[in-house]
Amino acid sequence: MLKLDSKIPGGPLEQKWETHKFQMKLVNPANKRKYSVIVVGTGLAGASASASLAELGYEVKTFTIHDSPRRAHSIAAQGGINAAKNYTNDGDSVYRLFYDTIKGGDFRAREANVYRLAEVSNSIIDQCVAQGVPFARDYGGLLDNRSFGGSQVSRTFYARGQTGQQLLIGAYQAMMRQVGLGTIKLFNRREMLDLVTVDGAARGIITRNLVTGAIESHVADAVILATGGYGNVFFLSTNAKACNGTAVWKAYKKGAGFGNPCFTQIHPTCIPVSGHYQSKLTLMSESLRNDGRVWVPKKVGETRPPAEIPEEDRDYYLERVYPSFGNLAPRDVSSRQAKFACDAGRGVGQSKMAVYLDFKDAIKRLGKAKIEERYGNLFQMYEKITDENPYEVPMRIFPAVHYTMGGLWVDYNLMSTVPGLHVLGEANFSDHGANRLGASALMQGLADGYFVIPYTIGDYLVGNKLPKIDASHEAFRAAEAEAKARTQKLLSIKGSQTVDEMHMKLGKLMWDHVGMSRNEAGLKKALIEIPKLRDQFWQDIRIPGEGMELNQELEKAGRVADFLELGELMAHDALHRTESCGGHFREESQTEDNEAKRDDENFAYAGVWEYKGQGKAPELNKEQLVFERIHLATRSYK
Amino acid sequence: MSDKSINLTLKIWRQKNANEIGHFETHPVKDISTDMSFLEMFDLLNLHIIKAGGVPIAFDSDCREGICGMCSMTINGNPHGPDRETATCQLHMRRFSDGDTIVVEPFRAKAFPVLKDLCTDRSSLDRMIAAGGFVSVNTGSAQDGNALPVPKQDSDLAMDAAACIGCGACVAACKNASAMLFVSAKVSHLGLLPQGAVEKERRVLNMVAQMDKEKFGSCTNTGACEAACPKAIKMENIARMNRGFFSASLTRR
Repeated sequence: MLKLDSKIPGGPLEQKWETHKFQMKLVNPANKRKYSVIVVGTGLAGASASASLAELGYEVKTFTIHDSPRRAHSIAAQGGINAAKNYTNDGDSVYRLFYDTIKGGDFRAREANVYRLAEVSNSIIDQCVAQGVPFARDYGGLLDNRSFGGSQVSRTFYARGQTGQQLLIGAYQAMMRQVGLGTIKLFNRREMLDLVTVDGAARGIITRNLVTGAIESHVADAVILATGGYGNVFFLSTNAKACNGTAVWKAYKKGAGFGNPCFTQIHPTCIPVSGHYQSKLTLMSESLRNDGRVWVPKKVGETRPPAEIPEEDRDYYLERVYPSFGNLAPRDVSSRQAKFACDAGRGVGQSKMAVYLDFKDAIKRLGKAKIEERYGNLFQMYEKITDENPYEVPMRIFPAVHYTMGGLWVDYNLMSTVPGLHVLGEANFSDHGANRLGASALMQGLADGYFVIPYTIGDYLVGNKLPKIDASHEAFRAAEAEAKARTQKLLSIKGSQTVDEMHMKLGKLMWDHVGMSRNEAGLKKALIEIPKLRDQFWQDIRIPGEGMELNQELEKAGRVADFLELGELMAHDALHRTESCGGHFREESQTEDNEAKRDDENFAYAGVWEYKGQGKAPELNKEQLVFERIHLATRSYK
Repeated sequence: MSDKSINLTLKIWRQKNANEIGHFETHPVKDISTDMSFLEMFDLLNLHIIKAGGVPIAFDSDCREGICGMCSMTINGNPHGPDRETATCQLHMRRFSDGDTIVVEPFRAKAFPVLKDLCTDRSSLDRMIAAGGFVSVNTGSAQDGNALPVPKQDSDLAMDAAACIGCGACVAACKNASAMLFVSAKVSHLGLLPQGAVEKERRVLNMVAQMDKEKFGSCTNTGACEAACPKAIKMENIARMNRGFFSASLTRR
């Protein structure tokens, strides 16, 4: 059994973080340089944590899988970042942002963590502005806001359609400043292959130098994983090609509990799949739903082009079903409605697996120039991919895997069940429950990195007497040997199938059975088929080239091998959770009008899975969610 | 969308590692759907190479939506290929015709050594940022975001410059392999904003010094960089930086 102590501080919700900050132990400024911290990943969470910890004086070693830390996938976030500034005077507050996030997550997140997230959201905006992030401004020179799904206030700050890019560049620059000052040692083109624990505590990592192939050991007093989500288990997703679950998976196998692995977010507005060799899906920002109207033809088998379908033959189904939120209904709800429309044969485009997102009315109301200013780069991106002009023809969109709410379980201090192993950003399970609201991922990544971990890691470092060790320690020797053996094993199979072929097969299994809607029979089938595919992988994979060189097939193979295990855990989790909640839709548990039906009596907990060894079934642990402030209610966006 | 498919001949740069001498290798490819992206064509080619027992072509890519700056191919002599304001990953095969021969090389510059095939090491760009491409503000020391109004025009110009994805196409396009467009975009982005104006003199001097140290060449204002830039970063940034550099050089202490 895992010991799941959430370490939620006592006292009223509003004062928990303040109290906790005072109660935590501090590290004397002169002593901070005696502690070393490893940060894996340089997205918003990893870069902001690296910069902030180095500024405090810790010795930081930062690792990125890319050639440059600025390539991390946070860069691709488009729409914006939420904060409770209430600059728009429309009734926002820290409490409302907290409430919206808990409700949007379908009441499956921890109150205290989410409240803290809302509380520090305002400092994030201030910090980013000070770094020179060029947020959108109005003519008075002040910051502009827009609306996002799941909320009735305008609280989203943005930088055109490239908010993630600008925030990441801000964090990256803060981090590179420390690299220049020598307080951060940056390791690029390194992939973490294992976590090393000594006396039960996380003390370092094993990496592969992706250029030379060398397997290396890195020692520290604490390890931070900010390695993002595992949406690429589906092969086709909006994640970048290098996104993978290897770091969190290795940590899981070293004793870190995995929280709610089945909670995946299917984003409603992506460009539909167009061919067999498509390598990834492209997201069209949710911000488009501010001005775009989603519709399908009323008639099944409609063949007219969209311009010739008159208003009375169109079904603006989001506006019809959810009059108060309309096109800004949350992501899980919008995705499912799109699926229902297509399943009913009312889909559009060649594949009939798409719905329209139409800007005709917005262009009429605001003019083309205004729409171009707001979404110009998105429209351009759409046209490049589809060869259609969205100013003239409605966009075709369809849901796609986008984000994983699940991840390594962490306590209030963002520490996993392995002492010293901290997990930030999308890689942890903490703040979004069963569904994440738009513009909240950027908020969480930066909250964790700028404003939470700098406080909590000191408490861990001072509170634990760690023995002095170096890379010659037997735990590091053993982990290195294991990583080398696995590389050799992969290279020695010399089978007939490529890594991508195997990955596509896994992706199809996951999408069909552990995707947008799930049922018992399908999940049980997945639990039979995934292990079969995994056996096939280890017998028939073909990886050309050698280990001691830049070998991209070998890199991909290691990641897919881990996805083949992680996918199975997702199916286990989805099977056990017989309720529907947020992005997890069990067909057996729905209301009369096909909305997700939660079962608070039996499932108001985080499902935390524990690794029990190769070939053994994982064990379920539960962290009961206690709602002190919020009254559990059925989510309604009608 | 169309269902057309085309046949092509690819001449691709192969190089085992940084130390070996490279060469071109010819690969005919058949039945390429015009809806495919340029990189998906490479995925498909690699699949065939692996199936035939060969070693696939190493190339960098990540987000495949034109924002991460990882992809980097010089296609028929043009970094990121023939289309304006388009990264390699956003280039689609409908841009090519049946029977075309396409030459694909890595981004070439002394400051971007080839690691393997089409992969290069662009960490010199990171080192220039580390030399001065930031605002010196520690976490926690910021005032309220609205305490300092920024004229919309300045903010918009800063955003135009900040749109740089750090791919290095400007360097690869330049006959001198100059990094002026990259550096000037950063100098402009931060210098145009009041937050970054405080240290603009130090910034431009330090970044330019690092640029020289990394062995990037000099700028002769040919404009090849702007033409190749996938994000339409303008040469006016270079003019702005030159002005700033001149004034900072005269007043340095």
